[in-house]
Amino acid sequence: MAGARVVQPGASAARGYDPRLGGGHEPANLGDILERVLDKGLVIAGDIRVNLLDIELLTIKLRLVIASVETARELGIDWWQNDPWLSSNGPGQRRLAAENRELRDRVAALEADAGARTRAVEAPPERARQSRERGPHAPGGAGTDRPGG
Amino acid sequence: MAEDFGSWAYAVAGGMERDWLEAMTGVGGRPVHPVQAAGLSAAVTAVRLEHYGEEPLRRQLEDIGWLEATALTHHRVIETIARRTRLIPMRLATVYHSDAAVAAMLAARRDDLIAALARVAARTEWGVKIYAPQRRDTGAGPAAAAAAGPAPGSPGAAYLHRRRTELSARQDARRAALASADDIHRALGRLAAAVQLRAPQDPQLTGQPEPMMLNGAYLVDDEQSGRFTTAVQSLAERHPAVRIELTGPWPPYSFATVDEPGAAL
Repeated sequence: MAGARVVQPGASAARGYDPRLGGGHEPANLGDILERVLDKGLVIAGDIRVNLLDIELLTIKLRLVIASVETARELGIDWWQNDPWLSSNGPGQRRLAAENRELRDRVAALEADAGARTRAVEAPPERARQSRERGPHAPGGAGTDRPGG
Repeated sequence: MAEDFGSWAYAVAGGMERDWLEAMTGVGGRPVHPVQAAGLSAAVTAVRLEHYGEEPLRRQLEDIGWLEATALTHHRVIETIARRTRLIPMRLATVYHSDAAVAAMLAARRDDLIAALARVAARTEWGVKIYAPQRRDTGAGPAAAAAAGPAPGSPGAAYLHRRRTELSARQDARRAALASADDIHRALGRLAAAVQLRAPQDPQLTGQPEPMMLNGAYLVDDEQSGRFTTAVQSLAERHPAVRIELTGPWPPYSFATVDEPGAAL
């Protein structure tokens, strides 16, 4: 570690940023950089979803343990679903809703298909055809959008 | 093909000149270019989705070497642009499907972004870390021993008496250190436009033997920079039992929000 760095009094930044310190000659403390780029900075969810929470810095050699997205979900961490960008009626939310609709339709189609096949085994052919025509029985109904997915 | 590339975003600013970015190397060793929309600019690198799509990116983030190199690159690009103009740094690994998607984000969040930029205009982030006193400084001195009263006769009892004295001396030292950290934090907060406290860093990360008592980010008006840094030095002299470490100037990572700003004291 570089040790304590105390700025000389009177060092004022011209444009809000004084390049004299950390200007590239002396590398800034990597831990301080990681803390900022991983945990701070503007959080506007990009299109590629990545979970950077639960980062634990274990050793001075910077061995990092990063929870996978699946682990995060298991732990109940789903920050992207509470992100204002996604929970408002923006493109992110519309994309999620469209995804959910598609998934529900697929599940419904699978269930209907499985149900029809079962009934075809148990019931005469006439009734089986009627079951297929009745349409999906997806829980919550097809086409309803719930915020947050 | 354009579809094979995503757009890795570094920062948002008002204006950005292409020639500021031309000399830079961004993530993956690729160049940096501006995306402009709605009167705002984002610094961006085109990245191959086979390496920066959701699944490969997640795997890469678990590779320490990759993470370290990428974090440093991300920061260097931000730092370089910050010398030219005020900006809002993006968190690492904010990747869009395309430059058009970046432009759409700028347009959609224009008001929020302009407000965020206004909050950091003509201001700089400084990091202040305070470390607890060294262990040996908290040993029982003669005053503490005297306050503890006369030692009892037997060796066992004398040992326990000594331990009790040491422990209470350590407790006193810790209390004093906490009071110092609090005092320093309040004094610096008065010179800052906004403050963000975060969890102390793990000793294994800092490489320092003493535990960290305060890990703060202070957003300071440019005209106050001199007063702020002078104050850090004089506070360090007034509180010799603790160690203060000042880092900066930083681009305003800790104050880059579109909701509420850091709490001002």
